[in-house]
Amino acid sequence: MASLIARLITRKNESVIKAQLPPFIVNFFKAVTLPSIGILIFLLFWTVGANNIDTSLGKFPGPSQVMTQVGNLFNEHVESREKEAAFYERQENRNQARLAKDPMYKPKTRAYTGKETFIDQIITSLITVLSGFVVAAIVAIPLGIAIGLSKSLNTAINPIIQIFKPVSPLAWLPLVTMVVSAVYTSTDPMFAKSFIVSMITVTLCCIWPMVINTSVGVASLNSDWVNVSKVLRLSAFTHIQKIVLPASVPAIFTGMRLSLGIAWMVLIAAEMLAQNPGLGKFVWDEFQNGSSESLSRIMTAVIVIGLIGFLLDRTMMQLQRILSWDKNSEVR
Amino acid sequence: MTVKNELLLDISNIDMVFPTPKGDFTALKGVDLKINKGEFISLIGHSGCGKSTVLNVVAGLYQATSGGVILAGKEVNEPGPERAVVFQNHSLLPWLTTYQNVELAVKQVFAKTKSAAEMKDWIEYNLKLVHMDHAMHKRPDEISGGMKQRVGIARALAMQPEVLLMDEPFGALDALTRAHMQDSLMEIQDELNNTVIMITHDVDEAVLLSDRIVMMTNGPAATIGEILDVNLERPRSRLELAKDTQYNQYRSEVLTFLYEKQRKV
Ligand SMILES: Nc1ncnc2c1ncn2[C@@H]1O[C@H](COP(=O)(O)OP(=O)(O)O)[C@@H](O)[C@H]1O
Ligand SMILES: [Mg+2]
Repeated sequence: MASLIARLITRKNESVIKAQLPPFIVNFFKAVTLPSIGILIFLLFWTVGANNIDTSLGKFPGPSQVMTQVGNLFNEHVESREKEAAFYERQENRNQARLAKDPMYKPKTRAYTGKETFIDQIITSLITVLSGFVVAAIVAIPLGIAIGLSKSLNTAINPIIQIFKPVSPLAWLPLVTMVVSAVYTSTDPMFAKSFIVSMITVTLCCIWPMVINTSVGVASLNSDWVNVSKVLRLSAFTHIQKIVLPASVPAIFTGMRLSLGIAWMVLIAAEMLAQNPGLGKFVWDEFQNGSSESLSRIMTAVIVIGLIGFLLDRTMMQLQRILSWDKNSEVR
Repeated sequence: MTVKNELLLDISNIDMVFPTPKGDFTALKGVDLKINKGEFISLIGHSGCGKSTVLNVVAGLYQATSGGVILAGKEVNEPGPERAVVFQNHSLLPWLTTYQNVELAVKQVFAKTKSAAEMKDWIEYNLKLVHMDHAMHKRPDEISGGMKQRVGIARALAMQPEVLLMDEPFGALDALTRAHMQDSLMEIQDELNNTVIMITHDVDEAVLLSDRIVMMTNGPAATIGEILDVNLERPRSRLELAKDTQYNQYRSEVLTFLYEKQRKV
C-alpha cells in the first residue's frame, strides 16, 4: 500500500516537472545530456576494464593514454612537416649554390621520403574510400537503372550479382594486386599501384549494394507515375530523366549509404592485409612495432576510424536530406 | 443548352479478358457506348465490377481483348494526352512543385505550338481555374488531399484533352471537400464544356454532375446495365436540387439499379 502511494506521488511529481519545463530544455536534455551520460559510463567501464587487462605490451590503454597519444600523433605530424620543409629548403639552397658556381648545372630535386604520419594515413584512407565509392557509383547507378527497367536484363544478371555479392572484397585482394601489377605498368604512374589496388577493392564492395538498391528502386516505381508518363507519351529518355531517376533517388541513397559504410570497414582491413598506405597500415605497423606505446596508438586509430565512419555516414545522410524528395523516408 | 449530338467517342463492343494464374478472367463483356462531344458521362457500379477497366481501355493503358475505341473517327490503341486521365490517387510527382507537375504535361503537349511565355500563362491559367494559383510553388506533400486532386485536374485540363477521363477523382476526399470539388468541376465544365467520363460510386455526385449516367452490372463479365439521361437545367445547384422532384426521381432510379437490380451478395 505504502509503495503504491509512493509510486503515485513520484508519478505526479514527474508529470509536474515535465509540464513546467519548456520544451527546448527537454529537447536539450534528450539531445545532449543523455548521450553524454552514455559516453561517461562507457569511459568508466573502459578505464576499469583497461586497468584489469594485462598484455605482453603492458596494460591495455585507457582513455587517458589515448588522449596522450592524440597529442603525440599530432605533434609527430607537425614535426614531420617541419622536417620536410627543412629538407626542401636545404635542397634548394644546395642547388642554388651549385648553380652559382656552374651555370650549366641542371638542378636535381628529390622528393622527401619521410615516414607517413598518422594524419597522412587518415588522408590517404579518406581519398581512397571516396575515389572507390565514386567509381562504384558511376558504374553501379546506370547499371542498376538498366536492370530495374528491364526484366530480362535483371533475370540475366541477377545470378551473377547474387553470387558475387556475398564475397568479401578481401578475397579479391590478391587477384586485384596481381592484375594491377601486371596491367598498370606506366613508368610515370599518375597514381601509386597501392592506391589503385585499395581503390578497386573499395569499388568492388560498393558496387553490389548500389546496383541492388538502385534496381529495386527503379523496378518498384509507382505504377501511377508510369501511367502519367504513358499518357504524356514521354520519350524513353525523358521518362528516365523526369520520372525514373528522381523516383529512385531515395533508394539510390540508401544503397550509397550502405555501401559507404561497408567500404570504410573493408578498406581498413584491406590496407592491413596488403600493407597499402592508409589507416590500416598504420594499425599494422604499430602492431609489428610492438613498443609500449603501440596499443594506445592502435586504440587511438580505432577511435578515429569509428569517428570518421560516423562522419561519412552523417554526411551521406545530410546529402540525402538535401537531395531526396522523400522527406518522410526513415533517415537515421 | 447546347446541342450535343456530334459523336466523339465510340466504345465499340469491348471484351476484356485478363489472363490470371487461375485461368482467364472475363472482366468486361460487350461494353458498348457512344459519347457525344461535350457530354458529361458518369460510370457507376459496385466496387470491382470493371469501371476502372473500361476507363483504362479508353485511356489506352489496357488493350481490349476484342472490340475497340474510336476517338473522332480514329481507333486508339495506346495512351495519349488527348485522353487525359485524372487518377484516384492524384498521382502527382512528389519531387515537383504543383507548377512543375502541370509544366511537365504542358511542355510535352505544347512544345511545338506555344512559346515559353505562352506556356507559362497557360500553366498559371489552369492552376487558377482549379483555385490553386496560391500554391504554385508548393510540393504535393505540402498541400491537402483535395488540393492535390485539384492540381491533378489542372494537369489533365492543361493537356486540352478531347476526352477527360476521371477515375473516382473525389473518392478519397471527405464529404465537405468533395462537395466543394464537385462545385468547382461544374464551374469549370460551364466554362470549357469538355467531354468527360467520370467514374464514381457516389449516387448524388453522378446525378449532380452528369448528362448521362451509365450503370454497370456486377462482374465477372460486367457490361452496361442501364443508361439514365439526366435532363436537369444547368447551372445546377445542390441546394435547389435537393428539393427537386425530378432530381430525386433520378436519384432513386440509380439507387434502385444499384441496390435492387444489382444487389451485391
Ligand atoms: N490487370 C488485371 N489483371 C487481372 N485482373 C484484373 C486486372 N485489373 C482488374 N482486374 C479485375 O477486373 C475486375 C474489375 O476491376 P476494376 O475495373 O478495377 O473494378 P472497379 O474499378 O469497378 O472497382 C476485378 O475483379 C479485378 O480483380
Ligand atoms: Mg476502380
